[in-house]
Amino acid sequence: MFKRIAFSINGKAFNLEVDIRESLLELLRNRLGYTGAKKGCGVGECGACSVLIDGVPFDSCIYLAVWADGKEITTIEGLTSKSGELSEVQKAYVDEGAVQCGFCTPGLVLTTTALVEGGKDYTRNELKRELSGHLCRCTGYQSILKAAEKSLAGHICTCVDSPHYKPQQEKN
Amino acid sequence: MYDIIGYYEAETVAEVTALLAENPRLKLIAGGTDVLIKMHGGQIENAELLSLRKIKALGTIGKAEDGTISIGALATFTQVFNDPILREMIPILTEAAISMGGPQIRNIATIGGNVCNGATSADSASSLFALNAQLKLVDQHGERIVPIQEFYLGPGKVALKPGEILTEILISPDDYQGFGGQYLKFAMREAMDIATLAVAVICKLQGEAFDEVRIGLGVAGPTPLRCLEAEAFAKGQEISVASVAEIGRLAVNSAKARTSWRASKDYREHLVEELVQRALKIAIVNAGGAKLV
Repeated sequence: MFKRIAFSINGKAFNLEVDIRESLLELLRNRLGYTGAKKGCGVGECGACSVLIDGVPFDSCIYLAVWADGKEITTIEGLTSKSGELSEVQKAYVDEGAVQCGFCTPGLVLTTTALVEGGKDYTRNELKRELSGHLCRCTGYQSILKAAEKSLAGHICTCVDSPHYKPQQEKN
Repeated sequence: MYDIIGYYEAETVAEVTALLAENPRLKLIAGGTDVLIKMHGGQIENAELLSLRKIKALGTIGKAEDGTISIGALATFTQVFNDPILREMIPILTEAAISMGGPQIRNIATIGGNVCNGATSADSASSLFALNAQLKLVDQHGERIVPIQEFYLGPGKVALKPGEILTEILISPDDYQGFGGQYLKFAMREAMDIATLAVAVICKLQGEAFDEVRIGLGVAGPTPLRCLEAEAFAKGQEISVASVAEIGRLAVNSAKARTSWRASKDYREHLVEELVQRALKIAIVNAGGAKLV
C-alpha cells in the first residue's frame, strides 16, 4: 500500500508515493540518498538516525515515512552552505575534536543546532539531558559536551543565582 | 520495513470510534514508540494501523474552572514537562515525564500511549496512581470514566474494551490541591533507561501530623500500584523519622516485586522501603512541613 505525501528536505520540495511500511530513515537513505542519517539500533535508543522535523529532533527510524506529510525535514546535509562552508555548530564539533568514527555526529550536530536555534539558556546539566538521546561509543562525551557548549556560547549558565540552577541534592 | 498491511488516519475521535467499530483488528498508533518497537521485535505482525496523529483536539492540556486538570491523550512527554500548569500544580508528573527516555523519544511519545501500553514501568504511571487520575474512554456509544487503578489489569493488559479509545486523563482538584509531592526514579542510567523502581509520593499535612499520604509505585509488581496499608497507617500520624520509617516498611507489604534481570525481588523491596522514605521526606517539605533530620 502506498500513500502520496508532500514534504521538504533541507528546503527542497518533494511530492511522492511512499510505502506505508517504510520508516522515514529508510525513505531518506534508501530512496532519496540522504545517507547522513545513520541506522544504529533501529529502535529509537541510540539517536544516530535523528533528523529535525519542523525544527525538532526525532528518531527517524521509528517515524513512519507517511507521517512526514506536510513537514519540513532538516538532515545533516542541509546544514552546510551551498559553497560547502560548515555551520557554526559543525565548526565547533571540528574545533573540539568531538568527532571520531562520525556515526553519532550527524544526530548530535542536528540536536545541538535545534538547541541553538531554540534560543533558550541551559545549565550544564540541562544540556547533558538534551544530548542524552545520542549514544557515542568512541570519542566519549566530554569533547561533545564542549562542542555543544561552544555552540551555545552565551546561553550556558551554571551559577547558583541563575533561574536554571538546580541543586544536586534534589535528585536523591 | 515494518510489518504493516493497512494504514488509516483519523482526524476526529468520532472517526476513530466509527473505524474501530467497523474493524476491530485496527491497532491504534500515536507516537509509535511502543507500537513500532513491538513490530520491530516481531510481537505485532500484519498490523493494520489507525493513526491518531492528526487529531489535534487530543493534544491539549488545560485546567477547567473547577480546577480539574485535563491532559489530552496525545500530549507528548515534552509537552507535559514544559506545561506551566502541570509544573506548578502536579510537579510529580512533570518530573516523571522528564525522566522518560531521551529528548527525541519525549518529543513524540504520548502520555495516553504510555498508559494504554499497560507496562508497570510506564514512567507516568506511579504519579498518575498517586494523583487518582481518571481516564476518559470513548467508544461509538458514548464515554465512561475509569479510575487509573482499575485500568491496569496485568502486564500489558488494560481495561480498554474493543472499540474504545482513551481521550483524556483527568485529575480532580481534591487530588492535588494542598498536597506536596516528590517523584523518584531509580535506574542504572540517568537517561534512556527503564526504571528499576519508580516512586511517586504526595502528602497533605495538618499541623505536625500527616493528614493524607499517597504512595504510587512502578515496577514493584505486575502493574503500577498504591501502598494502601502504609497510607492508612500514615493518616493522623505525627511527622517523625520513626513514622516515616514505618510508612516505608509498610509500603513493602503492598509491593509484589519479582526477580527480573534488572534487579532481584529482595533488592526491589529494599528500594521500596528506602525510596518511599526519601520521597516522603522531600514531599513533606514540599507540602510546607519542616525538614526531618
